[in-house]
Formats: sequence, C-alpha cells, structure tokens
Amino acid sequence: MRRSVSIASLATALVLGMGALGAGQQRFELSAQQKPETAEVKIDNFSFGPAALTVPVGTTVSWTNRDDIPHTVVSTDGVFKSKVLDTDEKFSFTFSKAGTYPYFCSIHPKMTGKVIVQ
Amino acid sequence: MGGKRKDEILHDHNHDGIDRRGFLKCMAWAGTGAFCVMQGGVLKSYSLSRLPGLGSKEAMGELSFVQISDSHMGFNKPANPDVAGTLKAAVDKINGLSAAPEFMLHTGDISHLSKPEEFDTVDQILKSAKPKDVFYVPGEHDVLNDDGKQFLERYGKSSKGAGWYSFDKKGVHFVGLVNVINLKAGGLGTLGHEQLEWLEDDVKHLKHSTPIVVFAHIPLWSVYPEWGWGTEDSAQALAYLKKFGSVTVLNGHIHQTMQKIEGNVTFHTAASTAFPQPQPGKADSPGPMKVPAEQLKSVLGITDVNYVQGQHALAVVDSSLA
Repeated sequence: MRRSVSIASLATALVLGMGALGAGQQRFELSAQQKPETAEVKIDNFSFGPAALTVPVGTTVSWTNRDDIPHTVVSTDGVFKSKVLDTDEKFSFTFSKAGTYPYFCSIHPKMTGKVIVQ
Repeated sequence: MGGKRKDEILHDHNHDGIDRRGFLKCMAWAGTGAFCVMQGGVLKSYSLSRLPGLGSKEAMGELSFVQISDSHMGFNKPANPDVAGTLKAAVDKINGLSAAPEFMLHTGDISHLSKPEEFDTVDQILKSAKPKDVFYVPGEHDVLNDDGKQFLERYGKSSKGAGWYSFDKKGVHFVGLVNVINLKAGGLGTLGHEQLEWLEDDVKHLKHSTPIVVFAHIPLWSVYPEWGWGTEDSAQALAYLKKFGSVTVLNGHIHQTMQKIEGNVTFHTAASTAFPQPQPGKADSPGPMKVPAEQLKSVLGITDVNYVQGQHALAVVDSSLA
C-alpha cells in the first residue's frame, strides 16, 4: 500500500512517476511501490482501453464505462468483481500483490483485458 | 393440413407434410415482433408491421403465437428514449391481429439493468396484450448481479436449472433454453453440460415428426462470434434435434432480424422492441444504433448477413421489409 514519507528522504525518487499527479500537488515519496498510484481503464465500444495495463504494486485501477450499454469488470481468477456498471459508472480495485490479473465483462465475455502488476 | 399452399413444400420425403430441407419461405418481420403460425407442422412467421394486410387464411393455423424480444426496459439513451412506448406499440400490433395468438414468447433482455421496477413495467405493459400467457427466457441483462435469481422467482418457478423448460401446445414441442449464465472470459453464450443433458432427455422420447420450437436469447448459431453473437455449445444441442423433421430456433439478442436455413433447422432472430444494433462488423461495436426517430422501425427491420463459417458459406436470408 502507499505510504508518504518525509521530505528529507525524498531525493531522487521525486522525478519518477509524477506524471499522474498535477504539478501543484506533488507529493514526496520514496519509490514507485510506495507512492499513491492510480491508473484508468476506459470502456469504449465494447473494449477495455488499454486492454493490457502495467502498473506498480499498490496501484488503484479504475474502470469507467463510457458505453450506452452496461458492462462489468470481473477477474477471471475471482480476485475482483464489479457490480454492473451503467453508463459513466466506475469501479476501482487496488492491486497490492504483483502478478497478472486477467479480467473480462461477464455480460459480454468477448471483452477481455489484463492488469500486470509489477 | 388444409390451408397449406402446395408450392411451399419443397422436400416432403416422408409424405407427412413436413418440409425436411427447404422449409417454408418464412416471411420476415420488422421492428416490433413476429407473428408465427404453425401450418402443417411447419412454422411461418410474419412481420407484425404487415399483418394488417394478411388474409385470415394465412393467419389461421393449427397454432399461432408471437415472439417479442429485447424490450430493454430502463434503457433511456438517444437510440430510443421511450422503450416503454415502443413496447406498447408492439402490444398494440399484437392486439390488432385478426386471429389472436395463443401466447407470447419473450426471448430475453426484458429489462436493461435487472431492476425490479423494469420487470414490473414490462409485466404491466404485457398485461394489456390479448394473449395472456407469456413464456420467457432470460437475456444477459435480466440476470445481472444475482446470476438470475430474481428472474427465476418472477418467470421461472416451474423451470429447471437456470430457467430452462419445455411444454407442448397442439402437438408442437417448445423448448426454452438459457445461454446467458456463467459466461466464460473470451467466450460466447453457453448452455452448459447440465442443460444439454436435460435437453437430450427431454426430446428423447418424442416422435421424429413432432415439430420442435427452440427459443433462447443468444443465437444458437454463429451469427458473428467476434461480437459474441453465438453459443459455444449450441452444436451439441442441435445434434439432439437432428432426428426431427421440423426444427425452428427463435432467438433475440442481436436486435435485428436474420434467418438461416440449415438442413431441417430454420433459425430466426427477432428484432428488438427497444433499439436497433448494427449489422455484424458494420460498426466498431454492437452498441445501440442511433437513427432519426422516424426511421427507427425501418432500421429495426433491416437485415443482411453473409457470415462464412470455415469453408461453408451460411445461407442467411435478408429479411428486410423496409
């Protein structure tokens, strides 16, 4: 999980991984494993984008359904399972362990994706 | 067997009035539903939109029923902001039939989000239809979040498993199948082992001359697997039906009419009462297709597909009535 650390210990890690944070709200953190990471997957046209997402351990991934049709986000291995997401609804899950997490839409199972946690 | 026109029987090898290969020309239907007439052991379907023009002779059969599908109650996006209104329009057409159908089949996606009030609204609207019996199978939109428990409580109390069942009407054997439960990643619709075993047993003792009508939500043939428009294990189900001279498969899900004739089996898909979806592969996704309001019904009626499965070109008949 994420953990903020003191300014004194930040040093070089500051540069890394700041892209997701606005310039005015930078937070000082030690490493990728310890800073608050978020990533987004958009559901458009019956597809997950990106279909394969690589994130550091501790990242909270959120999925947003931008289709006119409901979808779900369901881990193939039973790790996570969203309720049905209507248009513009969102589901989030925080990945605390490294691994590859394949998932799909249980309503439209041709829709598949994976999150690779490193 | 009266009322059957001679030119409609193409391959009556057993001289029992059942067309084994050619099946009847099945007049397609647009937009809001299909009116089906069993004549001489074969099923004909008519577009509800052209029913007023049908003679009473054509509308009289040994058994008649209506299929409606994909009412998606609760859908409120631009493709159709009034799905209750279009379902009512479908009911009005059914009630306008000169010969009242005996019952209705609803081939799933009754609701859009499996909400109780969505089912309630459909139930209320269908109460105003002359046929009082409605036989349902679930669509994937009817089994969200609870694997179909609510659906079973409402519509499937006397069914088996996830909601499959059979019944007989005037010598015709009807089988309702469920292919929207326990879908696997990357896959299509699924019937599953338990249901297939039940089906094999259900039809085992029927005479080969018994007309069979199978209805399920997702097509039981490969309309377009890239969009999930097919059922993984439908071939096994159809194998159990091979011995029958007349098999009619009625599906929904794809929100457009299509037909295919394969041997003794005729496949039909129904249009939605709610919104059209694009022709296979003609859009980025199978999502709702927005058309000008005045064109809604005509677009619902348009169908044209040539899907090639392996080496075999499947004969899909264009059923447009526009």
